[in-house]
Amino acid sequence: MKTVRAWFNRLSGLFSNQRREQEFAAELEGHLQLHIDENIRSGMTPDAARRDAILKLGGLEPTRQAYRERGTLPFLETILHDLRFALRQLVKNPGFTLTAILMLTLGIGASVAIFAFVDAALLKPLPYPNPSTLVDVNESVPLFPRSNLSYPDYLDWKRLNQSFSSFDVYTGTGYLLNTPSGIEPIAGLRVTDGFFHTLGIAPLLGRDFYAGEDLLSAPRTVILSYATWQKRFAGRKDVIGQTVSLSGIPYTIVGVMPDTFQFAPRNNAELWTTMHASDSAGSCDARRSCHGLYGIARLKPGVSIQAALANMSAIAQQLERQYPNDNRGQGAMVQPLSKYIVGDVRPILLTLLGGAGLLLLIACVNVASLLLVRSESRKREIAVRGALGAGPARLARQFITEGVMLVSIGTALGLLVAYGGMHILLSLISKDAMIHMPYLRGLGLNLHVLSFAGVIALFAAAIFSLTPILRLSFAEMREGLTEGSRGSAGVLWRRIGANLVVLELAIAVVLLVGAGLLGKSFYHLLRVDLNFQPDHLATLEADLPETVYPKDAQMAAVRKQLLDRIAALPGVSSAGVSTDLPVSGNGDTAWIRFVGRDYDGKHNEVNQRSTSVNYFATLKTKLIRGRLFTENDDVTKPMVVIINQALAKQYFPNEDPLGKRIGDTTLSPKSIKQIVGIVDDLREASLDGQIWPAVYYPIDQDTGNSSFNLIVRTTQAEQNMLPTLVSAIHQVDPGIGTTGEATMAQHINDSPTAYIHRTAAWLVGGFAVLALLLGTIGLYGVIAYSVSQRTREIGVRMALGAQRASVYQLVLKEGARLAVWGIAAGIACSLAATLLLRSILFGVQSWDVATLATVAIVLAAASLLASYIPAHRAASINPVEALRAE
Amino acid sequence: MNDKTDVWQGTLALMVLKTIETLGPLHGYGIARRIEQTSGDLLSLNYGTLYPALLKLEQEGYLASEWGVSDNNRKAKFYKLTRTGRRQLEKETRNWEQTTAILARFLAGAEEPL
Repeated sequence: MKTVRAWFNRLSGLFSNQRREQEFAAELEGHLQLHIDENIRSGMTPDAARRDAILKLGGLEPTRQAYRERGTLPFLETILHDLRFALRQLVKNPGFTLTAILMLTLGIGASVAIFAFVDAALLKPLPYPNPSTLVDVNESVPLFPRSNLSYPDYLDWKRLNQSFSSFDVYTGTGYLLNTPSGIEPIAGLRVTDGFFHTLGIAPLLGRDFYAGEDLLSAPRTVILSYATWQKRFAGRKDVIGQTVSLSGIPYTIVGVMPDTFQFAPRNNAELWTTMHASDSAGSCDARRSCHGLYGIARLKPGVSIQAALANMSAIAQQLERQYPNDNRGQGAMVQPLSKYIVGDVRPILLTLLGGAGLLLLIACVNVASLLLVRSESRKREIAVRGALGAGPARLARQFITEGVMLVSIGTALGLLVAYGGMHILLSLISKDAMIHMPYLRGLGLNLHVLSFAGVIALFAAAIFSLTPILRLSFAEMREGLTEGSRGSAGVLWRRIGANLVVLELAIAVVLLVGAGLLGKSFYHLLRVDLNFQPDHLATLEADLPETVYPKDAQMAAVRKQLLDRIAALPGVSSAGVSTDLPVSGNGDTAWIRFVGRDYDGKHNEVNQRSTSVNYFATLKTKLIRGRLFTENDDVTKPMVVIINQALAKQYFPNEDPLGKRIGDTTLSPKSIKQIVGIVDDLREASLDGQIWPAVYYPIDQDTGNSSFNLIVRTTQAEQNMLPTLVSAIHQVDPGIGTTGEATMAQHINDSPTAYIHRTAAWLVGGFAVLALLLGTIGLYGVIAYSVSQRTREIGVRMALGAQRASVYQLVLKEGARLAVWGIAAGIACSLAATLLLRSILFGVQSWDVATLATVAIVLAAASLLASYIPAHRAASINPVEALRAE
Repeated sequence: MNDKTDVWQGTLALMVLKTIETLGPLHGYGIARRIEQTSGDLLSLNYGTLYPALLKLEQEGYLASEWGVSDNNRKAKFYKLTRTGRRQLEKETRNWEQTTAILARFLAGAEEPL
């Protein structure tokens, strides 16, 4: 306690130095006076009295010194002194200081920002107890390795498996909710009773679903998310037991989940209702071939993923034998839930972290090399200080102080950059994607991230303190005074530094080539043949309340009313509807069979869309042959179908498809349709996806399409039409829900494919620019160091008559040699490295000559600039000065 | 000179505290003189070493100081014991007595044949 107090006093003594010294001077003066008085009284002469007093004191200066040392913390005082000196040194060389700090800031900022993502996404992705026993369980077919379960399959899997202690399914659903601002469609999740129990999270308020509550016979109940409870029910505790109407059906609220609850695969759900699987014959829940569910399960203790997979695959095979019609080719897949949730981002993040680490390394090497250039010019200063009595430890401490100071400033700024960088990276993630990455909510400069930054800073500080110390080995210090020394260490460093710069330039080339290729494929991607005109198209999704429009005829009537009203709006040229928007991706498929052909039971999987009369006209997709749908193609008329060219080519290679008939796998009479038209290959697939065969049905001949996409071609800016469309729909019926208002351009731009390509191009591009910057500075550092070492030699050359032009040439040649090596090595490496990019490249080869040439030119120009500055300095050397320094 | 003992590390603080307890608030010179006299001039004390010791005791909170005027009208800094200083003095005194007693017994015992 008293020691702490004394330390604190001494620490504060650092700041009251002057006052204390004055006071002590007065005290000492008083002391001497008292002593002298007494000595005189005992008979001494004043002179002798004073001498005796000082002698008895033990000298004035030693006393003051001892007092001073006790008054403050001497070692801290030297550190403060070192810091002041270091700061002066740094301010004296603003060019060096700014460059070094800039590099450190970028290096540390980039790696800390990316580490923060790794920390949030990979270190603890699942906010559930015992996350390692949670698995994602689904069916698997060749086209979709992770495909949905059907409800009858789920019941059999659950009954037959020996691997899971609990097994539940969920499926996304939408409800229309009455809100003060009108009917609003909200996202929900239909789950089996043990869903929350399997995840291991209990409700914050109320209760969990009880066993059997998901059966049709149980009363309908709902559990709310915390956000919904707050937003729509004002966080009132008495909501438990209240009734809420969802799409016109009353549900009792039984619970509220905690704020921290998240379920990444479907995190947009506002509430959870129970399965209540329908048992009416035609419903999806009752059909084994209708796949719409996803499964999660807890492994029993000691059961491995492989064992569970083997178990489920055996069950799937058994069901395949039992129900050959429905379950042909339906396998099983089991994977850790964490792999499903962060599996996509893990390799991306780890690659990014590797890239950031590399950048940091380059930055450190560069700063070290700049420090060396500078220590060269400080040799004399160091030698003088050594000669004046500064010990090796004292000199070393000076370098350590300077290193630590650089790193501290760099780290502080780096953290700022990291903070900004994280937000930029977050903004690169689309809002939709963000919903499914709830773990990124924990992103920030938390303890993990700060410790990471601390470790980096320690390493960097160690490197920067050691480099000049090692370089200025103390044997050389004495030579420093003569200024003529050229130690072998200098040559060694030039060699290492040169190799490092070649490496840096090579890395910059690889990253630039990668960024160029990715940018180019993004460009190609956005110009892929869509076979429709994407401009001036406004889209939104409409949901008809099923309680108001329970029958298909009613839906058809209100759909027609909507389309007529919208088509009549000023600024609209035509409007159509479809069950799926173009460019949404392959999927929503049907298995078709051809009337009059042999059938081997193989599933002919094709995209299936139901569209309105004006759909293709609105999109401006070309009709190749036959006819489009007309108003007459309704339920009273024979069923018709339009196919795309891909289907015609694949299934009718040598015959005319028009007039041929197709049906479902059993050719049930209700499913038979006649082909009346062939349209161009409208891009249903994602931008980089393959065009699949597709069938288009008249939506009025199809059943159960209470929600559909509206596509409107406008004559004015489509963005401005969106609110008009919504109000037009609500004029027909305010009970119709509308969501996803967007232009087609936005829809394409925000599609996952475009998003991945754009993000990859930006990220690699960002790294490439940093690498280019760092590589250029690195080259500058090495050339400048070399020039500083050769000052005398250049002076001699010039004294002997060398022209300035030849000095330029001498230095530039040295830079050019390194640059050529770096570019050559970089291009060789990028040919190999971009092979890894092949899967994401689109419409461009990994050996794209234009990209490679551009990168080489950019790098050559940057290298020229980097060597020009030291070359200019070398050419400006005054030979007289250079030689006089001998 | 050789028959004088140097002040042992650690004992100076105790002597300072005891002196101030006995004489009341006192300036540095007075403390130094008193220690020298009490030792019967057997201790050789550089007066200068007293000041860091006084500063240390003040930093530790055992002493407080204020400016005053000496008997012969010289300006001087006077040191006085604080409450914790008084407690510390008691504690240190006890420790010291215990140590010397043990040592005395030890030395006495060593002279006896085993």
